[in-house]
Amino acid sequence: MFEIFHYNFIVRGIEVGMIIGAIAPLIGIFLVLRKYALIADTLAHVSLAGVALGLLLQINPLITGIGVATVSSVAVERLRLSKRVYADSALSIFLSGSLALAIVLISIAKGFSVDLFNYLFGSIVTVRTIDLYFISTLGIGVILAVIAFYKELVYITFDEEAAQVAGIKTRRINTILIILSALTVSLAIPIVGTLLIAALVVIPVVAALQLRKGFLATIVYAEIISVLSVLVGIISSYYLNIPAGGAIVLLTVIIFLIVFVAKRK
Amino acid sequence: MPELENDKIILELKNISFSYGDEKVLNDLTIDIHRGDYLGIIGPNGGGKSTLIKIMLGLLKPNGQVKLFDKDIADFKDWSKIGYVSQQVTHIDSSFPMSVEGVVSMGRYGKKGLFHFLDANDRAIVTRALKQVEMEEYADRLIGDLSGGQQQRVFIARALAGEPEMIILDEPTTGVDAKTQEQLYAFLRKLNHEMHLTLVLASHDLETIEREASELICINRSLVYCGMAKEFRAHESFASFYQNNDKFVHH
Repeated sequence: MFEIFHYNFIVRGIEVGMIIGAIAPLIGIFLVLRKYALIADTLAHVSLAGVALGLLLQINPLITGIGVATVSSVAVERLRLSKRVYADSALSIFLSGSLALAIVLISIAKGFSVDLFNYLFGSIVTVRTIDLYFISTLGIGVILAVIAFYKELVYITFDEEAAQVAGIKTRRINTILIILSALTVSLAIPIVGTLLIAALVVIPVVAALQLRKGFLATIVYAEIISVLSVLVGIISSYYLNIPAGGAIVLLTVIIFLIVFVAKRK
Repeated sequence: MPELENDKIILELKNISFSYGDEKVLNDLTIDIHRGDYLGIIGPNGGGKSTLIKIMLGLLKPNGQVKLFDKDIADFKDWSKIGYVSQQVTHIDSSFPMSVEGVVSMGRYGKKGLFHFLDANDRAIVTRALKQVEMEEYADRLIGDLSGGQQQRVFIARALAGEPEMIILDEPTTGVDAKTQEQLYAFLRKLNHEMHLTLVLASHDLETIEREASELICINRSLVYCGMAKEFRAHESFASFYQNNDKFVHH
C-alpha cells in the first residue's frame, strides 16, 4: 500500500510540503493577528509575476519568484507607511498590477510551452530536486528568523506602541516580517499555487484561534492543522487523482469548520 | 514657576513645541520631572496631553530639547527605565491569544537580545509583578477574558516587570468602574510612596489629579500651570482657566 512512496516526485512533494506546512502558520499567526492577512494573497500574486519573469528569461522561476516578491514586499510596506494611499488600496494595487504583469509576461513566454495552471494552483510534479534543496534552506532560514525575532514579533503584534516604548525597532521588525512573508509565500507556490497559498497561511491559524489558547499553544495547534492538511492532502491527491493544492486547502477549510462549529458558544 | 520637590531631574523638557501639519498642539513647554515625583497632567481633550506623553516616550519628535536621565532622548537607550501604561482597555483585541503571564512577560522583552528567551530570573520578576497587582491567580487566563480594571492591573504589572524607575500612565482608567479606579489609584500611591517610583499620570479628571498627584501641570496647548497639585485651585491661572473651560472641570 506504500507504493506511493516509490515515486520520487511524490516523496519530494511531501518533503517540500512539510516545510511549507510548517512555515506558513508560523508567519500566518502574525499576519492574521495584525489583520494583515491579505498581504499573503498580494505577495503570492507578486511572486507569480516573478515566476513569469523567470519563465521568460529562462531562469529557475522559483528564484525569480522569491526575488520579485521580496523586493516588492518592501515596496508595499513603504507605500503603506507613506499613508498617501490606504493600506488595503496599497495591497490591491500590487495584487492586480502584478497579476496583470504576470499574464502579459506568460503570454510572451508562451513559446516555452508554459503551463500557467501549474503556477496558479500548484503542482508537485514541477518540484525538482534543486528546488527541494532551495526550499529547505530558505524554509529553515525563515524558521530561524522567527525564533530570533520571536519576542519582538510577539510584542509588536500585541501592542506596537508599547513595543516601541520598550526600545524595539518596530519599523525594522515590520520589514523583517513582510520579507519573511514574501519568502514563505513564494516558496509555497510549487505546492499550493498562487491562488491558494494565502489559505494555507491564514486558515490553520484562524482555526487554531477558535480554541482560545495562549500564543505558543495557538502556534502549535496551527502547525498541527497545517502539516496534517499538507500530508493528507498530497497523499489523497495521488489516490483520488485530484490536485494537491486544492485537496490541502479544502482539508484546512474542513478542519476550520469542524473547530468552528464545535467551539460555538 | 514654583520649584518642584526632590532635586534629581530625570525627565527634562525644554522649550518643547509640536505641530501636526500646520496645527500647533504644543507651544513652548518647559517642564522638569524629578525623581520620586507624582506628576499629574491635566488639560482639556485636544489640549495636548497625549501628544506630550508621546513626546516623553520618544514616540513623537518635537522641536526643543528632551532629556531622559541626563541623556538627550536621541541617545537614550535604556528604555526599560520607563514603563508605559496606555488607554489599553479601549484598543485591546479581546480575542488575542495571549495569557496574562504572557502579557506581563513582555515587560522583560526590552531587556533581552536576539535569540534570548526569558530565564528563571525573568519569570520570578514576572510572578512578583503579578503578585504586586494581586493578579497572580489569573496568570493562565487569556487577557481578553478579563474585565477592564483587571486588564489595566495586568498592564501595570507589565510596566513593573521591566523594573522601571518611572511609569507614565495615559488616562489609565478609561472604561474602568469607579470602585476599580479607586483601587488602581491606591496602588499607584503605594508605588510612589513606598517604592519611590516616579509617576506621570495624564487625566482629564481634575479632582482625581488634585487628590492623587503631588505635582500638577495644566496644559492647554501651552503651559497654564506648573506647581504643587494642592495649590492649583488657589492659583490665578486656575480662575482664568476655569472661567474659560467650565465644561472641563465639571463633566
